[in-house]
Amino acid sequence: MHELAIAESIVETVGGRCGDARVTRVLLSVGKLSGVVPDAIRFCFDLAAAGTPVAGARLDIEEPDGWARCRSCGGEFGVDDLILLCPCGSADVEVRGGESLTIRSVEVT
Amino acid sequence: MCGTCGCAAPTTIALEQRVLEKNDLLAERNREWFARRHILAVNLMSSPGSGKTTLLERTVRAMAERAPVFVIEGDQATGLDSGRIRAAGARALQINTGAGCHLDAAMVARGLRELDPPEGSLLFVENVGNLVCPALFDLGESARVVVASVTEGADKPLKYPHMFRCADLLLLNKVDLLPHLDVDLAAFERAAASVRPGLVPLPVSATRGDGLESWYGWLRARAPRSSAPGEVRGGLLAQPGMRAVHRG
Repeated sequence: MHELAIAESIVETVGGRCGDARVTRVLLSVGKLSGVVPDAIRFCFDLAAAGTPVAGARLDIEEPDGWARCRSCGGEFGVDDLILLCPCGSADVEVRGGESLTIRSVEVT
Repeated sequence: MCGTCGCAAPTTIALEQRVLEKNDLLAERNREWFARRHILAVNLMSSPGSGKTTLLERTVRAMAERAPVFVIEGDQATGLDSGRIRAAGARALQINTGAGCHLDAAMVARGLRELDPPEGSLLFVENVGNLVCPALFDLGESARVVVASVTEGADKPLKYPHMFRCADLLLLNKVDLLPHLDVDLAAFERAAASVRPGLVPLPVSATRGDGLESWYGWLRARAPRSSAPGEVRGGLLAQPGMRAVHRG
């Protein structure tokens, strides 16, 4: 359940960047290959935010798809998991997207 | 408050900040600290019960003649493992994470301040037994070693791809039990290679000793070279007997 530590890190980072302003919305990007479960983040976020200027903020999460590039054939293709195999049969594959774990923006009042 | 007119409309602030940035910065600081002291820092990760501590006990005994060995032990509770490691001859610090499921860079930094391993040391971080969470947290280590055991089955790399994908070395422990098990080693190898091409398991038995010379050789090959030309210094690359065996 690393999502609790991650939720705490989000609240700490947002709090550090926004000072005393009341945070009403946090927009995250959690890629489908990031190893982090968005529902678990949602579950932990309110717990982590309680008693901070982030308490009560809405949490929105973008979930960008994973994609990869094959070093053998140069092709690009979508990936849903980390079992990486290019349609050409090569396993020499580089993940190029879907690993993000980023705080994109916040709304404050 | 709106920055333009002072109304109460919400203002959007673009951050584009990595969630784990703070941990990653602390990890980078640890990495620089290791580099300055020419310390090889190995993050040892596995499921609970794979045999990490038994492997470390033997490794400590084998490597202590070559370099001071230090161990940071991560467990949710008890100091059992650090006690075993001290008995084997290394300085050890136990970190109990309580509800936490992994070690992070800040915990390791605190451990380093306490242990203060000298130049040329070998430092092991035995992470909390868990094939999920530790994979996401950079500790500043020089290398990540994942230990799997034959009793866990051949499919673990497929089920826990993040962990196996981040491994610099994969040890397959408890091979002494193979005669009693129905486990497909070729399937394990295929599974490991499918999440990290080129990752080839090194079969070992921490209890019987199979494969451990290869493991020690892997460690020695990664020891930072600390000596200026002509300078004699201890450390992993030193010959056995060049320095006193460290006992903590």
